[in-house]
Amino acid sequence: MHREFLMGNEAMAVGALVAGVNVVAGYPGTPSTEVLETVAKRRGEGVYVEWSVNEKAALEVAAGAAYAGARTLVTMKQVGLNVASDPLMSLSYIGVKGGMVVLVADDPGPISSQTEQDTRTFAAYAKLPVLDPSTPSEAYAMMGEAFELSEELGCPVIVRPTTRVDHGYEDVEVADPEDWRVNEPEGFVRDPSRWVIFPALSVRAHAAIEKRDAVLAKRLSGYARNAVTQTAGPDARPRLGIATHGISATYVAENLSEKDDVRVLRIATPYPFPEDLAAEFLDGLDEVLCVEELDPVIERALIATCARRGLNVRICGKLTGDIQPSGENTVESVGAALDRFLGRGEACELAPGGSSPRAVSQAEGRECLSTEKNPPAPPTLPIRPPVLCAGCPHRASFYAVKCAMKGRKTLFCGDIGCYTLGNAKPLDMVDTCLCMGAGINIAQGVTHVEPDTAAFAFVGDSTFFASGITGMVNAFYNQANMTLVVLDNSTTAMTGHQPHPGTGRTMMGQVVEKVSIERVLRAIGLTVVETVDPLDHELAVETVRRVADEPGVKAIIFRSPCVVLARPKARSTVDAEKCVGCQRCVRELGCPALVPDAATGKVRIDAAQCTGCTLCEQICPTRAISGGERL
Amino acid sequence: MSTNVILAGVGGQGAVLASKLLARAAMGRGLPVKTAETIGMAQRGGSVFSHVRMGEGAHAPLIGRGRADAIVAFEPAEAVRQLSFLRPGGMVVTSDAPVVPVSAATGGPAYDLSAIMSYLRERVGEGNLVVVDAAVATDALGTAKALNVVLLGAAARAGALGPVTVDDLASAVRALVKPAFADLDLAALNL
Repeated sequence: MHREFLMGNEAMAVGALVAGVNVVAGYPGTPSTEVLETVAKRRGEGVYVEWSVNEKAALEVAAGAAYAGARTLVTMKQVGLNVASDPLMSLSYIGVKGGMVVLVADDPGPISSQTEQDTRTFAAYAKLPVLDPSTPSEAYAMMGEAFELSEELGCPVIVRPTTRVDHGYEDVEVADPEDWRVNEPEGFVRDPSRWVIFPALSVRAHAAIEKRDAVLAKRLSGYARNAVTQTAGPDARPRLGIATHGISATYVAENLSEKDDVRVLRIATPYPFPEDLAAEFLDGLDEVLCVEELDPVIERALIATCARRGLNVRICGKLTGDIQPSGENTVESVGAALDRFLGRGEACELAPGGSSPRAVSQAEGRECLSTEKNPPAPPTLPIRPPVLCAGCPHRASFYAVKCAMKGRKTLFCGDIGCYTLGNAKPLDMVDTCLCMGAGINIAQGVTHVEPDTAAFAFVGDSTFFASGITGMVNAFYNQANMTLVVLDNSTTAMTGHQPHPGTGRTMMGQVVEKVSIERVLRAIGLTVVETVDPLDHELAVETVRRVADEPGVKAIIFRSPCVVLARPKARSTVDAEKCVGCQRCVRELGCPALVPDAATGKVRIDAAQCTGCTLCEQICPTRAISGGERL
Repeated sequence: MSTNVILAGVGGQGAVLASKLLARAAMGRGLPVKTAETIGMAQRGGSVFSHVRMGEGAHAPLIGRGRADAIVAFEPAEAVRQLSFLRPGGMVVTSDAPVVPVSAATGGPAYDLSAIMSYLRERVGEGNLVVVDAAVATDALGTAKALNVVLLGAAARAGALGPVTVDDLASAVRALVKPAFADLDLAALNL
């Protein structure tokens, strides 16, 4: 054993390698991405790893490997589970032979996601066991436990860290490589009665799952990570309890001291719920506060436990307004909730909607001691919404379409990736964004209602492969009228530059034939497919005008490398003599490298950020900017 | 007791590397360490922060408001943004060089540097505030890229990093930074 300073995602990757994982597949998505990247970096020779085209493909690849007896890991973020839900729901019935861990990273906040969905709820819906780690060290250990459980039960097991566990670092005790388990898969054994799903199989499988989960729930009451502890306060029989999980358990620990009289239940397996342990915890308590993020999973389970066992314990939490119903918990939000619940001295006012009557009476009339009464208001701070990088080719692509379509009735459907940031002013070029690949179909739907709209769907190269192609087949087959704009920077930029089918590289380090976006589109049947450098502004605008006026489904591929990966050749500078301070460049482009001088109004270029993309040079009315060189 | 430090800046200023260096330095002293990072969409030109907790007694990777012993900021407005985390009597070590966002030129709030600096002086108190002259550091090093390490060095000298010394940070630089950049960072530490 040795100690390493690891990010939670790195710890889980190493945990899987220690457990002898054979096959790892996933699709990038914050906060899950580093798990698979770490596997690729640290894997031994026998371990296969891939970025699949999407989460559904990843899960199916892993399922096949698990059918053949391999230990497999699938990684994704929570919205990726929606994409993978079709195979996962059926796989829950079919089961696996080799251990299979589905690692789904949830994102309370949300910080980098479209939704605040809770994979604990999804696990109950899919009837699959789910483990919920609180720290990177625990997440490391849980990976091995999840593989054992999966193999023993013959079903996938979900591990669902949240962002603060994924991206938190800790010094973790790690097994040395010579102690890593070696798993020799038996191979696929043909057995249609086991591997081919039919209603008759599903009838049997569903009954077996219900029986299994009831037994498992009892057993998990003895799982050491589901635990009841008690603070060291003077009262040996506390009347108050706190039920918590995941990262929130650490916030609870931060806010309890030896002066508090309270019993704490930590749930590491929200499904199947360890009800026997919960009943032990509830015994003798008057009131319980459930401190959870996302769904009130434990809260509902405790309410059900009380109802089933005839226990008269008041269960508070999200459903009673005592814990915020959405958003991320913090050390201080949990601290304030505990102050109210425990009636401690620092208790401030009750949260809106809070209903714990005992806490109200004790908190009333007390002053908040933790902060000054009226601290002076801070000065107005600049706001820093995320923006497209200086020199980002997406800026040029959006700007070309904007210029070309000025004055026309248009619809600009966006998608998921860096280019969602095309919504920011001054570009303001994203009218819709729903989920991966949706923009292409949304554009079609709008034009069925408004045929006179020139509809554009913007999609990145990785998203095109992940889920754009079916939409394009739909558009072509159903005689839609729209323009696809592929923003091709030849990488998956948003999540940290993962390879995809268009890059010609794999996670195994092979150089392979690239899948050509142009050829895919032509194979579907499109006849107008134009590829252009968006940084050639005049040509780009002219191309957009021409293609948009063609009937039917057509495509423009704006191809230019991601500036984070490419090295600038030469940077632009402003000739202060020629600059008249009109700030057209700033107003039109909003490039972070363009810095207007507060006094003179003239623009300066921040050499540390400029990539020499020349877009500002091309639109400057006095030709005051020069020196850049496009990539 | 743990020492709790918040590193604050703008995406691209090297907050993640700085927090790794600080964590490594603390581990070199035999202390357990937990950190929390900003990763993902918020990185692109956005405000970023790292929470670093060194020593026994830390459960969560995040520091609660009013519980940070020090804020080390690579950008002055970001120091103010994180100020509610500082405990009474805590220290702020900040660069004086603003990073003005696009939004300030396209209709968003203006960047008022003098208001920001005077607010810091008033709230933190002169005795607990260390302002690093970023222009001097950039001139001396020939680049602004090592500003994150300059600030760490200044914070260690000011006693803002608890038990972690400049020597501990230097060992961390040697262990974590590629040799091609290590000399720059070692010079930055001792500026």
